[in-house]
Amino acid sequence: MENSSTGSLATTGLAPEAGPAQLTSQLRVALIGNPNTGKSTLFNALTGMRQRVGNYSGVTVERVEGRYRRSNGTAVSVLDLPGTYSLSATSPDEEIALTVLLGLAPDLPAPDVVVLVVDASNLERNLFVVSQILELGLPVVIALNQVDTAAAAGIRVDSVELAMQLQVQVVETVATKGQGIDVLKRAIERASALPLPERSFELPAPLFRAVQPVEAVLVQAGFHPSTAAMEALRLLAIAPEGHLAGIPGLEGEAERARTALEEAGYNARAVEAEVRYGWIAEVVEATVHRFGSAGSSRTDRIDAVLLHRVFGPLIFLLLMAIVFQSIFTWAEPLMTAVEGLVGGVGNLAGSALPEGDLRSLVVDGVIAGVGSVVIFLPQIVILFLFIGFLEATGYMARAAFIMDRFMRGVGLHGRSFIPMLSGYACAVPGIMATRTIENPKDRLATIMVVPLMSCSARIPVYTLLIGTFIPPIAVAGIFNLQGLTLLAMYFLGTAAALVVAGIFKKTLLKGPSQPMIMELPPYRLPNLRSLLLTVSHRAGLFLRRAGTIIFALTIVLWALATYPKTEVVADVTDGAAQEQQLAGSILGRAGQAVEPIVRPLGYDWKIGVSIISSFAAREVFVATMGTIYGVGSDADETSVALREQLLAETDAAGTPVYTPLIAVSLMVFYVFAMMCVSTNAVVVRETGGGWKGVKWAAFQFLWMFVLAYSAAFVVYRGGLLLGFAA
Amino acid sequence: MSRTLVSIQPGESARVASVGGEAGAARRLMDLGLIRGTPIRVVRVAPLGDPIEVSVRGFMLSLRRAEAEHVVVD
Repeated sequence: MENSSTGSLATTGLAPEAGPAQLTSQLRVALIGNPNTGKSTLFNALTGMRQRVGNYSGVTVERVEGRYRRSNGTAVSVLDLPGTYSLSATSPDEEIALTVLLGLAPDLPAPDVVVLVVDASNLERNLFVVSQILELGLPVVIALNQVDTAAAAGIRVDSVELAMQLQVQVVETVATKGQGIDVLKRAIERASALPLPERSFELPAPLFRAVQPVEAVLVQAGFHPSTAAMEALRLLAIAPEGHLAGIPGLEGEAERARTALEEAGYNARAVEAEVRYGWIAEVVEATVHRFGSAGSSRTDRIDAVLLHRVFGPLIFLLLMAIVFQSIFTWAEPLMTAVEGLVGGVGNLAGSALPEGDLRSLVVDGVIAGVGSVVIFLPQIVILFLFIGFLEATGYMARAAFIMDRFMRGVGLHGRSFIPMLSGYACAVPGIMATRTIENPKDRLATIMVVPLMSCSARIPVYTLLIGTFIPPIAVAGIFNLQGLTLLAMYFLGTAAALVVAGIFKKTLLKGPSQPMIMELPPYRLPNLRSLLLTVSHRAGLFLRRAGTIIFALTIVLWALATYPKTEVVADVTDGAAQEQQLAGSILGRAGQAVEPIVRPLGYDWKIGVSIISSFAAREVFVATMGTIYGVGSDADETSVALREQLLAETDAAGTPVYTPLIAVSLMVFYVFAMMCVSTNAVVVRETGGGWKGVKWAAFQFLWMFVLAYSAAFVVYRGGLLLGFAA
Repeated sequence: MSRTLVSIQPGESARVASVGGEAGAARRLMDLGLIRGTPIRVVRVAPLGDPIEVSVRGFMLSLRRAEAEHVVVD
């Protein structure tokens, strides 16, 4: 940044905090541009597999960083900023992008070079954010991307003329084919040595006069004159929030400027967009050449079918059915394989270690615990392959377009639909998928209700209880009471999710109704490499974060179920020994201690133990029931021995412990209760992490538990009143 | 009374006169190029009646009727 021009607006540097960049020899590059410009593909082409995904501190905007090596061996770090149409900071993504570029983001120095990714087939709209960034006083390189699709659409951009107009380097790229990447890297090298870009249009005199005092306040507050000029223009349309909040006198001067402009006959809110688009029109006129006929595009023809009044929703439902079905059926063999693998490792470790507590810790605690996390991986990978594919092709925006009216009924955005649907497979990927929802409150409301969708981990619980207690009676000739009960459980969860989301949006997460202004991007074939990279990011994120927390908690759970040791009476079966051992453990005693709490629901202490043990993962309920009823902890939901035990179980007075009513009440409890440590861990992370995330996760756990308990109580007590007793 | 984008039938075009309504949404629409004089065409209405799809400055945009009501057209 040693170059300084003598112009009145553009010189070096930024806000005063921009120092640390000079301390490292490493070159820092930030990638920015409109959504759907192929920015992420370009990022992947630049950095390859060397990437790290995280969050910006305090917010849930995804922070993607990567690096590549220069010919001289030193590293270049690349930050992939969120896609933005402007730096107006009307969304969290835009605010992040602006603060990073200004060097005001915590723990992130200002970039040394900004690479602006511009879609050659839509230069006009893309130039808006370009015109704002040119005024930040940073070295800029333009990557004119997707020149191939532009050419196919009959659009040619004169990159030499564009470079002349903008006074920055322009490199033509086709990121999907890796074209232009080397040239781009050389341009990045040179960028810092070239004169800094500056505002390339003049403001009309009344506008120039009106913003002068606003600029002065910003310069006074430590902003560089060039940055201050850009911010002052921006403030005509919006209130000083985010990094501009709390600057004394700023809003007052901005308001005076607006008044002065209105008196001079300008629309103050629109004037920045008008002067920028006025300049853009001249640039486009000089650089964009159209050839061939502008007939209906491929996207128009596809949308005529996919957004058709009748076929559109039908195709959408069909697609969702395929996604949903494959999460269940395709994942099944993979999950079985993972289970087998975990079992195999467990056996191997079991035979290698001497009998005793260490073996129990390794096999029943660590390996089984980690296995219970890894088991979700196939579903996550499959779901994100689909979501990634739908996003990359451009269909995701169409899905939101079709579903928006429906979701609006409960105060949500069309984009909330897919995460909620994903919740049927597993809440973890569903919650991770909420990242496509732009508005923080909508996103939080969606995260709160996704776990109400009955996930696949509830299936073993439903199957055991329905198979044992609900008779397979035919209903209305074609339906079966067992199947209808299962359907009722899914319906109950879904209806509750919609109702609760509506309540949250009207109370806790109330806010001005959010706009649904969304581009419907042209359809594209997805880039396989980018798709696989995205999926592996998500999978890695899940394994790392959820894995560490689950790992710790399963060990705790194991210890609670193992200690203190009970002297087992000789010559009883293995199963009976396990039962006695569990009853004497802390977990078993806790179950007996909570009996007064679960008694009103009709449950005894054994069910209490099973519920407590399944707080980490719902399906553990079945294994614990197996242990308690002495048929061994490897019992599963189809185990005949376990079913017979449950039916035969009586209390001291000889009346059966389990009735169909209790089974239904128990299932209702599982429909609503948040019993999954993986989900808790992901909610902590996705709601902001740290203490803030813990509070949201705890809140969610509590309201879901209260809902579960009340619903189970109503079902049981109501059932008794209606005469459905034993 | 001035016409808004909501009153434009699918397939018909108009020119933007002004964008009002909530500041954030208005600002977003103006950033995307909906300013005085911009030609705009309504392409279709979503199957459930809302939102609508418009074509502006060479790209496709979806917005709800509630937002379209604040886009005044000539």
